[in-house]
Amino acid sequence: MTAGSLTVARSGRQRWPWGVLLWPLLLLICLIPGVLPRLLTPLHLGELTPFDPPLWRLTLTHLGLVALSTGIVLALGVPLAVAVTRPKREALRQLAETLVGLGQTVPTFAILALAVPALGFGWQPTLLGLIVYGLVPVVSNGIAGLMAVDASALDAARGMGMTGRQRLVRVELPLALPVLLAGVRTSTVYNVGTATVGAALGAGGLGEPIINGLSQQNTALVLVGAVLSALLALSLDAVLSLFAPRE
Amino acid sequence: MIELQGLEKRYGNSFAVRDLNLEFAEGELTALLGPSGCGKTTTLRMINRLIEPTGGRVLLRGQDTQTLKPETLRRGIGYVIQQIGLFPHLNVAQNVATVPDLLGRPARETERRVDELLDLVGLSPAEYRHKKPAELSGGQAQRVGVARALAADPPVLLMDEPFGALDPLARDKLQDAFRDIQRRLKKTVIMVTHDIDEALRLADRIALMNAGELAQFGTPDDLIHRPASDFVRQFLGEDAALRQLAGRRAGDFAHPSDPSGLPTVEADLNARSALGIMLREGSDALAVTEAGRPIGVLRWSDLQTSAAQIETVMRDKTT
Repeated sequence: MTAGSLTVARSGRQRWPWGVLLWPLLLLICLIPGVLPRLLTPLHLGELTPFDPPLWRLTLTHLGLVALSTGIVLALGVPLAVAVTRPKREALRQLAETLVGLGQTVPTFAILALAVPALGFGWQPTLLGLIVYGLVPVVSNGIAGLMAVDASALDAARGMGMTGRQRLVRVELPLALPVLLAGVRTSTVYNVGTATVGAALGAGGLGEPIINGLSQQNTALVLVGAVLSALLALSLDAVLSLFAPRE
Repeated sequence: MIELQGLEKRYGNSFAVRDLNLEFAEGELTALLGPSGCGKTTTLRMINRLIEPTGGRVLLRGQDTQTLKPETLRRGIGYVIQQIGLFPHLNVAQNVATVPDLLGRPARETERRVDELLDLVGLSPAEYRHKKPAELSGGQAQRVGVARALAADPPVLLMDEPFGALDPLARDKLQDAFRDIQRRLKKTVIMVTHDIDEALRLADRIALMNAGELAQFGTPDDLIHRPASDFVRQFLGEDAALRQLAGRRAGDFAHPSDPSGLPTVEADLNARSALGIMLREGSDALAVTEAGRPIGVLRWSDLQTSAAQIETVMRDKTT
């Protein structure tokens, strides 16, 4: 199981989310030209020449890919989860869960490779791959969150005269939000990693130094890509955690 | 106020409710009483169209409820359920404000109304307004549930076993509180219950149902003293008259008279206990006091309305 499709937001007392400051700060420091090479040189893993394009550009490209795919995943995944959890759509819900689960079983690289003949090289096949992968946790957590809404709260909502839409907006979505958001975080973090593979298809991003490092047997170069994408993932996760409702 | 005409709910070949004709009078509390599966909850939910009838009509102030949008109908009817169903993500004030918000009432006015209602159900607004449902006990949560149902001041209140999930102590307190509220507000209340004591204690009228049909409709006295069938007699039990006394205050039976030399009881004591004291003391009358001051005398014969039933029960047993 690669993505924790049922990860639930941390419960209980939430301390101040210091990660929101720490991880982006570390990422920014590492993006200052010369900082990462200076840190890695003493390890004697390989030579680091000045980067072209610069690391901050690769990071922005990477972030752009992840943000765009997450945006599309939300736009597709949330309505899908809502649609299949309406009453009398039991069969549809199971179908959606199966299909989305299937997306998860196909290896990342296979999806990306299969997308190339259709979309050519570049960022487009990578985006498609990220969307297919990102949908899994969002849809399954969305469904789980909506199904877990207290039936008596819904009965009361109906009995007090809320329309279907009002029940969804005022009761179901707010109650499903913590679980849904956990899915969005999983999806985003996961896609930061997956997007590195996109470099092999010419999507650019932080996968570039990794792939170059592998082909040149330059471990330092691989580390540069790995460290930066890890910091990017941690930063995004910390920022998204801000949206979780406070106790 | 509300009239059921030939109301029917049928699932396949079986009837959950069959040819039900009932009229709920304005300002009265009617208990829909009966064993589980008798169709009482189905009946209640057909009134606000949470369940659509397969036959018959529900008239609200003479208007067929089918001519209204279900949402419009429901916003005009308070709804309280056993599971309470507060919205866990909203605080107490927001929960209570639900229907006024749906109706687009001004926030200022609603805020005042919420405080008024929390006071009415016995929760201090300052203390409870901002609490989340998870911080409330079962009894407190259902008080909020009642406040929420009353928020838009609906003339009709539907209650589905509202006190059924509470522990006995909280249930007693809440029943008392609700009876006081009902005396003041005079809503048309329809309350589903399987608890005979609750029905005898709170209801002005009881509609006793069995297997989807009406077994008897009348005042608690009617059902106790003039049961329409063996089912009614058996369902209420042989000690129904005593149970009814248990739900009444001794003070309610007292008449002005000379109390000297009689054993004394408090007006708030229930009439069943007062009867017990008469038996124990060997006295056929008691002096009733309220806050230390005598208010009258309670005689054995004052309990006669109910005592008549005790006699029939005794006679039935001997024959």
